[in-house]
Amino acid sequence: MVEHRPWSDIIAYAILTLGVFIVAFPVYLALIASTHDAATVIGGNMPLSPGGHALENYYRAVFVGGARYSREPVGQMLMNSFISAAGIAIGKIFISILSAYAVVYFRFPFRKTAFWIIFVTLMLPVEVRIYPTYKVVADLHMLDTYAGLILPLIASATGTLLFRQFFMTVPEELLEASRIDGAGPFRFFKDTLLPLSVTTIAALFVIQFIYGWNQYLWPLLITTQDSMQTIVTGIKKMLTTTDELAEWQLAMATAVLAMLPPVAVVVFMQRLFVRGLVETEK
Amino acid sequence: MEKSVVFNNKLLPYLLLVPQLIITFVFFYWPASQALWQSFLREDAFGLSSEFIGLENYQTLFAQPEYYKAMLTTVVFSTLVAGLSLGIALLFATQADKNLKAASSYKTFMIWPYAVAPAVAGVLWLFMFHPTLGTLAQPLRWLNFDWNPLLNGNHAMALVVMAAVWKQISYNFLFFLAGLQSIPKSVLEAGAIDGAGPLRRFWTITFPLLSPTTFFLLVVNIVYVFFDTFGIIDAVTGGGPAGATTTLVYKVFADGRTGGDLGGSAAQSVVLMIIVIALTAVQFRYVERKVQY
Repeated sequence: MVEHRPWSDIIAYAILTLGVFIVAFPVYLALIASTHDAATVIGGNMPLSPGGHALENYYRAVFVGGARYSREPVGQMLMNSFISAAGIAIGKIFISILSAYAVVYFRFPFRKTAFWIIFVTLMLPVEVRIYPTYKVVADLHMLDTYAGLILPLIASATGTLLFRQFFMTVPEELLEASRIDGAGPFRFFKDTLLPLSVTTIAALFVIQFIYGWNQYLWPLLITTQDSMQTIVTGIKKMLTTTDELAEWQLAMATAVLAMLPPVAVVVFMQRLFVRGLVETEK
Repeated sequence: MEKSVVFNNKLLPYLLLVPQLIITFVFFYWPASQALWQSFLREDAFGLSSEFIGLENYQTLFAQPEYYKAMLTTVVFSTLVAGLSLGIALLFATQADKNLKAASSYKTFMIWPYAVAPAVAGVLWLFMFHPTLGTLAQPLRWLNFDWNPLLNGNHAMALVVMAAVWKQISYNFLFFLAGLQSIPKSVLEAGAIDGAGPLRRFWTITFPLLSPTTFFLLVVNIVYVFFDTFGIIDAVTGGGPAGATTTLVYKVFADGRTGGDLGGSAAQSVVLMIIVIALTAVQFRYVERKVQY
């Protein structure tokens, strides 16, 4: 930097420490609440240090379910979240890498039209056309199915654009060389393009997994059976009983479990996450 | 930029496109066009018959005082969330950009709320500020402040804004930090040689050079406030009390859930679509500009 002023560094550390504190505090509180019994949490004087009921709360949340509401235990919800998040990520990668390959490496009539048809989907998130989409899914008998949770959310252009952009940067000499070696479109895709795309695929997977895991409105609408709920929609339902009856300690344990997988992905795959985030926004 | 070496297969490219095109038509174009078509129809309650009524659904919609209220709520909500989260994130990013040794670990500590689902973020903040059991609601009570987001519309709005800002800071921080780090140090050094202090350098050099990032983030944040905050609102207030936190997107959902008026709900969706398309158009125009810049 241009000049070095010690107080400037001190201010920076102070502000950033405050920032980290603000960012962490709500989650810390949830962690604490998930280790106390119901009476302590509801009393309004919950201590800021962990209590001794962690195992009991998490065990009940995951395997038993609440006592005062008849909901599925969280174990099943976690499963549903995993399946739909992974399904959304894999599905999107699958359809978009194929369509990007077609658009970049082939010349055919209506190529531009096909690209624009896909591109337009960027403009309208699912929330805007929620009821008509619901009706389509209902007509296809996909309510309360994994297909219904997954397919409507993969109808988007982000993946296609990302792969198209990446394929454009792949040197043309590689294709020439493969063709001289006698490779057709399948061989070139499998032996050359796919290995080169591994990082892009991983980055897209990380972003889409988080996107899928955190879906709320769509699963809320199309799941009517408790056994098909995802964990993010399940938490809210634990709190819909009157305040006195809501089991906040279980809801907080569930919230911690719902945050764990996507947060772990961001923290441990930070490089991929940042890359995916920056590139999908281009 | 086009590839000059390509494959010549006639059928294969269409086969490769088929999966995405089918999904796009079934789950995007079909419902979107349904919404558009239904917004011109009046259906009876059983969906057995429908009649074409032109723009009547839109006229009814724009005659509703609640619709303008929701619009105003949306404007207030998006201004507060976008303004606060951009401002706070910029403050943190400028501090982290000071070549601190710990900058990269701060980055890790700052960005993870991005991964927290909006609905979960809402539940966390509701718990923290719950009028009877909230840990942070207590100090407010000691100050004789009658804090109750479940009954008071302004308090509910404040709570929803805080949760939405908390969740969005990480994203803005990441992009601001990247933007700051791409500003050439030589420009700042030149400013320092001319005798400009840190604040002056920030406002006359850093901030203008950061404007592409800021503008991009502004658009992304508005889109975020429109759609991704649905989970926060539903988890914290359910649109209440008395519609104080019902945004346009929430209203589409709430009106549709109570059922009945398909045409009116479709008209609301179409108005939203137009707003989003306008926003996206602005974003793309800006992206074009950035390429030249």
